[in-house]
Amino acid sequence: MTNTLTRQAFLRRALAGGAALSVPGFLPSLAEGAAEEALAKTLVFSNWPLYIDINEKTKRHPSLDLFTKRTGIKVRYIEDINDNSQFFGKIQGPLSHGKSIGRDIIVMTDNSPYPALLIKKGWVEKLDKSALPNLKNLVKGLQHPAWDPKREYSLPWQSGMTGIAYNAKLTKPITSLDQLLTDKKLKGKVTLLANFGDTAGVVALANGDDPGKIDDAAFNRIVNKIKKAKSAGQIRQFTGNDYAGMLAKGDIVAALAFSGDVVQLHADNKNLQFAVPTAGGMIWTDNMLIPKGGDAHTASVYMNFYYDPKVAAMVEDYVNYICPVIGADKVLLKSDPEVAKNTLIFPTSAMRAKLHQIDPDALFNPDYKTKWQQLLGA
Amino acid sequence: MGFLHRHRRLTPYLLLGPGLAWLALFFVAPLGFLGHQSLETQDPIELTYTFKWAWHNYSDAITTYHTQLLRSFEYAGIATLIALLISYPLSYWIAFRGGRWKNVLLLFIVGPFFVTYLIRTLAWETILADQGFVADRLRDLHLLGADGRLLATSTAVVAGITYNFLPFMALPLYVSLEQIDQRLIEAAQDLYASRVRAFLRVTLPLSLPGIFAGTLLTFIPAAGDFINAQLLGTPNQAMIGNVIQSKFLELTDYPAAAALSFILMAIILVLIGIYARALGTERLTG
Repeated sequence: MTNTLTRQAFLRRALAGGAALSVPGFLPSLAEGAAEEALAKTLVFSNWPLYIDINEKTKRHPSLDLFTKRTGIKVRYIEDINDNSQFFGKIQGPLSHGKSIGRDIIVMTDNSPYPALLIKKGWVEKLDKSALPNLKNLVKGLQHPAWDPKREYSLPWQSGMTGIAYNAKLTKPITSLDQLLTDKKLKGKVTLLANFGDTAGVVALANGDDPGKIDDAAFNRIVNKIKKAKSAGQIRQFTGNDYAGMLAKGDIVAALAFSGDVVQLHADNKNLQFAVPTAGGMIWTDNMLIPKGGDAHTASVYMNFYYDPKVAAMVEDYVNYICPVIGADKVLLKSDPEVAKNTLIFPTSAMRAKLHQIDPDALFNPDYKTKWQQLLGA
Repeated sequence: MGFLHRHRRLTPYLLLGPGLAWLALFFVAPLGFLGHQSLETQDPIELTYTFKWAWHNYSDAITTYHTQLLRSFEYAGIATLIALLISYPLSYWIAFRGGRWKNVLLLFIVGPFFVTYLIRTLAWETILADQGFVADRLRDLHLLGADGRLLATSTAVVAGITYNFLPFMALPLYVSLEQIDQRLIEAAQDLYASRVRAFLRVTLPLSLPGIFAGTLLTFIPAAGDFINAQLLGTPNQAMIGNVIQSKFLELTDYPAAAALSFILMAIILVLIGIYARALGTERLTG
């Protein structure tokens, strides 16, 4: 565990220490301060694809360019996270050996076990809250997640709803899960999400169970309901984001889907609609985390920048998921009112009341994970 | 030179050297690694692996995924049979009646291979699409029910496999048919064999090596295929390749994936052994 500092951070701190040593009188006060406030030259930020503002012509990210302009910190933005467990599998090797993964910020979803696991394992740095005055702009509902109650290690990037998307040209509105799983007209034209946290939550709600507290009986009810629909040939696939293409082409008529994808799909085809199921839908949050070896101070400075409502609005105008920053909607109301009024991006309080979070303990249950994989047939 | 003269017997081994080194490095070593992996256990949440001689991975894999295993061999078997029934007359005709067009006709068979496998299958996904031209016309003709579909069915998967592997069947068949001495068939007919009898007693047995090679080249990759079931099927059509693919690449459950790979390999080897026995190996290797 000797290698947890990046070489860059080590040199910087060594230099700061050396400089302070040469002026003995300042040693206690300066050394700490100088080391804490030093910024890295480059911020390495790993995120999911298509999850930040982009200028279609130059292919540059305006909000990141603005960050560089204000702070002098260059950003190396990498879109290499496609799947939570896949990405965790990639980074757990080096992190478990105390090695840096060469990144200052990564983004992982709280309906997978990984944000909680990274904290439990001690593989993430604490946020530098002294650099985060804009933390006050974090929306209420996201301030105290069970796995990081004081937001010491994580901050939301975006949230999203899991609900039902349907093609209004090919079917009547599909507003309940039971309709999705049993309507004969949808036979073989339905997809569910392969991720346990998404699909299991929505099914639990339809069963009248609390997705925030899934016990064995509730889990079995979830599995049986899906198994029944699967053997009846109702379900065409278990998908990741790839349901979007099938829905757009008309190969599937309805699907469990993510709100942000449907905003995008709806822009191209007005028939594609999103519904929070009558029994309730799920909400999840993608969280920024600082993996060990990352520069916590520089990363926190970036997070503070992102939590400025004006910057969050820049990103939001492109991304279409749910913004965790208070005030971004007010900024957008002036610049792009259509986005500000879209309830899939800024849900009404009535919608929010129908959204639930998945039981974190269920995500850590190895037995559930194994049975879930078998259910998917893979 | 002196060394080689003195150790003549070493020459064949030296000539074999590069090939053996290649096999050791790129076949035996990865296979050993895979074997080692198949006996590890995985922590399903933390995704860490420990070596424990976990032979139960094999029995677990069979109990959990026997449906997909059986389905793979069923689909591969049907696809191989259809490919044989389509390819034999095709290759026969090109070999015996193709004349100066032989090469052009062969090019037609190989033609699709100029496009990559994945793209060809994606093309079928588009052709068979529920809202596509073909499905719509078939519905107009009432050959397909109003809710009927072509895509995401077992038929689509088997057809996809057949299509994708057809050239592997047709080309070896063509080669073995082309080599048949026509005079042998004429001789059979001179001896009052009917055309059918001449075919069954002369042409067919002589083309057995082609049938053997073609069926193996089709059946083996088809049994392990996952692209066709992935793109043209549903979870009810999932083959063992899909399970291995998702275990390796999506769920990072390497031990189960490795165990399944070995099981697949073992079953294929046994099936080929039986098949070779049934056809008679001496005749096949000429």
